[in-house]
Amino acid sequence: MAAELHVALVAADREVWSGEATLVVARTTSGDIGVMPGHQPLLGVLESGPVTIRTSDGGTVVAAVHGGFISFADNKLSLLAEIAELSDEIDVQRAERELERAKAEGDATAERRADVRLRAAAAS
Amino acid sequence: MGAQLRVYKRRIRSVTATKKITKAMEMIAASRVVKAQRKVAASTPYATELTRAVTAVGTGSNTKHPLTTQAETVTRSAVLLLTSDRGLAGAFNSNAIKQAEQLTERLEREGKQVDTYIVGRRGVAHYNFRERKIAEAWTGFTDEPSYADAKKVAAPLIEAIEKNTAEGGVDEIHIVFTEFVSMMTQTALDDRLLPLSLDEVAKEAKPQGEILPLYDFEPSAEDVLDALLPRYVESRVYNALLQSAASKHAATRRAMKSATDNAGELIETLSRLANAARQAEITQEISEIVGGASALADATAGSDR
Repeated sequence: MAAELHVALVAADREVWSGEATLVVARTTSGDIGVMPGHQPLLGVLESGPVTIRTSDGGTVVAAVHGGFISFADNKLSLLAEIAELSDEIDVQRAERELERAKAEGDATAERRADVRLRAAAAS
Repeated sequence: MGAQLRVYKRRIRSVTATKKITKAMEMIAASRVVKAQRKVAASTPYATELTRAVTAVGTGSNTKHPLTTQAETVTRSAVLLLTSDRGLAGAFNSNAIKQAEQLTERLEREGKQVDTYIVGRRGVAHYNFRERKIAEAWTGFTDEPSYADAKKVAAPLIEAIEKNTAEGGVDEIHIVFTEFVSMMTQTALDDRLLPLSLDEVAKEAKPQGEILPLYDFEPSAEDVLDALLPRYVESRVYNALLQSAASKHAATRRAMKSATDNAGELIETLSRLANAARQAEITQEISEIVGGASALADATAGSDR
């Protein structure tokens, strides 16, 4: 397949992943959105959630993204997030511990963050 | 050993010890500059993309937002001053403080009230000593600022600008920081952070006059702008913090290098003086011996006669 788009997943302090992809699925505030090559220019607000990138060589990259933006124009897609981690960077045990702790303390944001991490890790 | 010589020897020893310390500090600072520079570079993609996005919303929609519209009469402005926690960095902190004071003076001349926000112990100490009011201050992270620190600093500023001026809010935010131009040049400068002038941002993002695509906003342009602008401010503050940190390390490196050089020079002069003192001592001893011998010879010659 010839059609592909360039994806840059950028966190505040580093570039997490960049490369060519055929499909990117992300969660915006108004629901999941899938972007394929040739999509109309788009700028959206992301919810914290897993982002799935189908790379052009057939692989899948999953990342946990906590808040941020998705912007797409000229076949270039940027995912901006304050915090973003690839699924294989996620420390599952630590996230589980965090989840327990957040639940015990009733910290909703921390709970959501840990939950997203775990889901991203499980999805890959 | 003569007293004079002993004093010189002692001073040489102490200056040598100081030189060792400054040399070590220079080396540490040099490695930290590189690290800080790398962090500035790593944060650039995020800042560029964010600027692009802000430009896109700003120019692609007719949304009015408190963060982009200029108040008709500005009654109060906030000044965020970035200094370092530690000194030994030459004129780094005093330059930044001077810049902030000039800016404050200018704003006050225009009839605006100024709230000062400070990052870094040096700036806080300067203002406290002069018993000036500080709206809020943060210390402890200037050497290696993280994004969370930038968020912490940006939060009250964003809150202040969203509040009404009558209730203690501000109309504009200025930032004073030290720009890292190169290893040798760092300049303290002030910049208006908010309200954003979109034309300037657009100019920065697109110097060649490229046409921006017509974006589809999800969920709506207002919501995107609402979410985008605080992030933009945070990222600008983060960038300023990183540049400030890099500049501070570069300034420390330079200051420590000249301290090391000066110590070397001092050691050289002192050893010259010590050598001269030693020579003088020897000369004196010889002349004493010669004088003593000839006096003895004269005395014996006299008694023979």
